Amino acid sequence: MPTADGLDYALEGKKVRKTITEMVIAAGRGHVGSAFSIVETLLVLYKTILKVDPKDPRWEDRDRLILSKGHGCLALYPILAELGFFDRAELLKYCKPDGILGGHPEHHKIPGVEASTGALGHGLSIGIGMALAARMDGRGYGVYVILGDGECDEGSIWEGALSAAKHKLSNLTVIVDYNKQQSYGDVSEVLPLEPFADKWRAFGFDTAEAHMDRPQELEALLKRPRGDKPRVVITHTIKGKGITFIEKNLSWHHKGKLTPLEIENIFNELEI
Amino acid sequence: MRKRCLDAVYRLAKKNKDIVFIGSDLGVGVMDDFKKELPAQWFMEGVSEQHIIGMASGLAMTGKTVYFNTIATFITRRCLEQNIIDLGLSDVKVRLLGSGGGLVYAPLGPTHLATEDLALMRAIPNMTIVAPCDAEEMERAMMASERLPGPLYVRIAKGGEAVVSKPEQGFEFGKAIVHRPAGDLLFVTTGVMLSRALEAAQALEKEGISAGILHAHTVKPFDAPALLEQAAKAKVVISLEEHTLAGGLGSIVAEVLAEHAFEKTPLLKRLGIPDVFPDRYGSQNTLLERYGLSAPLIAEHARKLLQTVRLAGA
Repeated sequence: MPTADGLDYALEGKKVRKTITEMVIAAGRGHVGSAFSIVETLLVLYKTILKVDPKDPRWEDRDRLILSKGHGCLALYPILAELGFFDRAELLKYCKPDGILGGHPEHHKIPGVEASTGALGHGLSIGIGMALAARMDGRGYGVYVILGDGECDEGSIWEGALSAAKHKLSNLTVIVDYNKQQSYGDVSEVLPLEPFADKWRAFGFDTAEAHMDRPQELEALLKRPRGDKPRVVITHTIKGKGITFIEKNLSWHHKGKLTPLEIENIFNELEI
Repeated sequence: MRKRCLDAVYRLAKKNKDIVFIGSDLGVGVMDDFKKELPAQWFMEGVSEQHIIGMASGLAMTGKTVYFNTIATFITRRCLEQNIIDLGLSDVKVRLLGSGGGLVYAPLGPTHLATEDLALMRAIPNMTIVAPCDAEEMERAMMASERLPGPLYVRIAKGGEAVVSKPEQGFEFGKAIVHRPAGDLLFVTTGVMLSRALEAAQALEKEGISAGILHAHTVKPFDAPALLEQAAKAKVVISLEEHTLAGGLGSIVAEVLAEHAFEKTPLLKRLGIPDVFPDRYGSQNTLLERYGLSAPLIAEHARKLLQTVRLAGA
């Protein structure tokens, strides 16, 4: 719930991480680190920015959010459920045969999901198509695309970046989850992206950076008046954020069955 | 054929503002009228096929019907994952118009040949595949495409092909056309192989061999009932395709025939491109001949097969 100072991100973040943990316990698997990394980003978007209607998920004028790093979907599902896009009972059926929530999100199955993602490097171009359609139809909605940093290794991302700039898609916002780690190791070692902000600037984007230990930074950036270009916000995040022994720990990028001790330690740290 | 195809898109777009055309980096001057008259529905997006498929998907998820044209091999091979996920899984109205299907770009070599396009696209759920035989059938297919749900791949031939389709035969996706009823022999064709089959059938007729022709302009969904009906009357079935034998029309025909209980099973021969990269340049016809796909070579194959069957039956 919002406080006088805005959303209580610390509390909301713990609630989401608790639900994610319960889902991973139930399923025995999940991309924990990648999901914990974007919890605050999704809270900023869904609680303060996006115009969406859980009662009418296909409302034509809704803002569109595409989680291009589809493996981060464990962070998305609890938030969509809380907003009422689908029954909370679905959460504990994550990855189960009778559930709608898979290890990567599919839009035909899940109300509130705009595009099926999971193979990396697809979401930006789909978002560009939606942003172009908005312009053709004279509609005012915004399109938001969340990319992973490792995902920016894909050439198709940069094809999309060229196109977004060409079309001056001021209704398009790219958010890069820059936690600086990918599956195998540090981004700086596997395939360096720096100077990262300069690259986006050179590609023609209004480029800003936000530190997600202060989610209000992202909130303020996204509330700024739009220019005449597509914009990107590089969010500085921590893979596995929120639990000390998961933070920056690559063995939690994708995690199998949790041990009783791990479960106890996570819930102790979440204090709720 | 490509011109008729793109002209049809223009005609559709003039009537429907939700129809969008995207080109990659097409030849100068292509579709100038479209660009001038309907600039909001026209895009030229550069050599970025993977991106274009995604963009087309996003447009289609927002109510547009998108026609995307570039060279067949780049629209199928290059962005196969985008085709599978952004078009197939999303099941959207995007039409891939692949120029130079088959061996059309023979002088340009294997990088530009689309000889496995049907196999690749066929493996994608929800995808419809058509290979018209001439410009008129292309036009009929394109006009029908406006109402077709889901993604579509259109294989465009070289252009200038003799017109062998007939208006009265019409066009319906998934409905094969019986050009000649089956005799001892049945040719099954797609794309421009129809004209070779017609020529071969005429030559055989003079020798007293009656050859039927079933033209499957729609490779997927394949018209299995029509094939079974015709094949049941024939002693020999020959599939003809300007495509690798791995996974194309011949494979489909083989699958359908193998799973059917005939009173007397016809002998099947698949004519197409063997499992090799073509080792010569020259023209489309040079390579078709090299792989036994010219009308005289098709007729020769047919004679031998019929003789084999007759000897075996005697």
